[in-house]
Amino acid sequence: MKKGTLKQILLITDGCSNKGEDPAATAALAYQQGITINVIGILEDNQTEDPEGLQEVEEIALSGGGVSQLVYKQALSQTVQMVTKQGMTQTLQGLVNLELKQILGRDQTMDDLDPEKRGEIMEVVEDLGETSDLEVLVLIDTSASMHDKLPTVKEALIDLSISLNSRVGRNRFAIYNFPGKRKDIDKVLDWSPRLDTFSSVFPKLTSGGITPTGPAIREAMYQFGKKSLLRSFRNNHEQDIENA
Amino acid sequence: MNKTLKTHDSFLRPGMTLIGKWHQKRYVIIRKLGNGAIGSVYLCDANGKKAALKISDMSTSITMEVNVLKSLGKVQGKSLGPSLLDVDDWVTPQGKTFSFYVMEYIHGRTLPEFMKQNGNEWIGVFMLQLLEDLSNLHQSGWVFGDLKVDNLLVSGSPTRLRWIDVGGTTQIGRAIKEYTEFYDRGYWGLGTRKAEPSYDLFALVMVFLTVFYPNHFPKGANTEVTLFKKVNEVKALHPYQDCLKKALTGKYQTSNEMRQEVSTVIYDLQKTDTTPKRKHDHPSLALESIGFLIIALGYYLSSLLIP
Repeated sequence: MKKGTLKQILLITDGCSNKGEDPAATAALAYQQGITINVIGILEDNQTEDPEGLQEVEEIALSGGGVSQLVYKQALSQTVQMVTKQGMTQTLQGLVNLELKQILGRDQTMDDLDPEKRGEIMEVVEDLGETSDLEVLVLIDTSASMHDKLPTVKEALIDLSISLNSRVGRNRFAIYNFPGKRKDIDKVLDWSPRLDTFSSVFPKLTSGGITPTGPAIREAMYQFGKKSLLRSFRNNHEQDIENA
Repeated sequence: MNKTLKTHDSFLRPGMTLIGKWHQKRYVIIRKLGNGAIGSVYLCDANGKKAALKISDMSTSITMEVNVLKSLGKVQGKSLGPSLLDVDDWVTPQGKTFSFYVMEYIHGRTLPEFMKQNGNEWIGVFMLQLLEDLSNLHQSGWVFGDLKVDNLLVSGSPTRLRWIDVGGTTQIGRAIKEYTEFYDRGYWGLGTRKAEPSYDLFALVMVFLTVFYPNHFPKGANTEVTLFKKVNEVKALHPYQDCLKKALTGKYQTSNEMRQEVSTVIYDLQKTDTTPKRKHDHPSLALESIGFLIIALGYYLSSLLIP
């Protein structure tokens, strides 16, 4: 089987969006284009687990087909890599479930199989997760409230690149921040195989209370398009089935 | 993640019976043993025998762990991890499905507890045991990954260091599946997260450092300097410090290389252990010979008296 490319947006934010369209809606749109959206909500040290401003974190991930996690900044590194990997597994599992439905009938998913068969299928999913190519666009909220969290975010991203570059498959990363100076998002780092190159160019903070999460996701989606004309993993995959 | 743990706690109570959906086996929950990165582990009664049951609503993660346990079971004649007894699903009366697996219950003390009670002379023994097990694991194509104090137990008669959680075990050449920052060489900037034998050897050193620094320590400006300093500061690790430093900097390609050097250290240690004993012998030997001399002299003198 030809290996496809998994596409992910990793959104790192600390609060509610307040400008432009509903981020959950743009996330759903991106998912339709074969891009998964994972979201990490950073909590203040004194915040409890379920603050109101961070409710949209789960919604964005749900409609973006990805994984979400609320986390204190101390645990950011491990969470970033865990969420990214879980997001990959979830996407791949979704594809496998799709095929199972075609083979076994309408309502069959992996969970309806007995544990032995499930184990064999999981091995395939794991293989794919290890070997497929991955493109991650990191979208960082740089509104004023993120000020004291950015150094930790940077560390976590370098750490993510260590984790992902230990895989067999190839990786490409890009980093954008929002709100941008004139546009909704600004480029911090163009597509590159490693993240340790960006250490000198981390975004300056934008003051003011605007957090245009929705428009930012829409713009981020187009950054994939520019490069590969939306030939998503899913499309490749369907072609493979037809060929077979 | 906490949410999933909450759901388990609300469903499972001591004394409850749980029947598998596929294999129809019965398990009576005795008590909770602990929480892992995914799901919780319970002590249970399986047909009169004690066993450990790990349950989670993350079905995929449970399945991946089962795959690892199965392949470890194939490493012949060596009990590397706990042995796998059953894999199944449990449907609650409310209709929610959880995946679980049942494994051998390993009873024992944690490594720091054991060392506190039994003394530091066990360091060498455990190091060798761990290196032997790792060597077997590596030879069968796997790397332990999440090697840490919490995943080890010292079981009694015979005293042996056992692995209780093999969830991080990864095929050689892939990316480490699960890790804990303090034990991870990537976190210390001293290597990649690729599954290779040297990854485990780094974590092994951190296991023994954790015994002496239970609260761990910060990275510092130069991580290598920090780690070397911490190794030097523990008196009980002095004999092994060269080996440990080589493992920290990835100088060993295989666990057998390290095992040979550690056993040489232990051998030398035992030799130096016996030399003071000989010194101890010397005064008694001298005393004895002086005694003989006096007696002999006495006999000689008395023989002179006989005409």
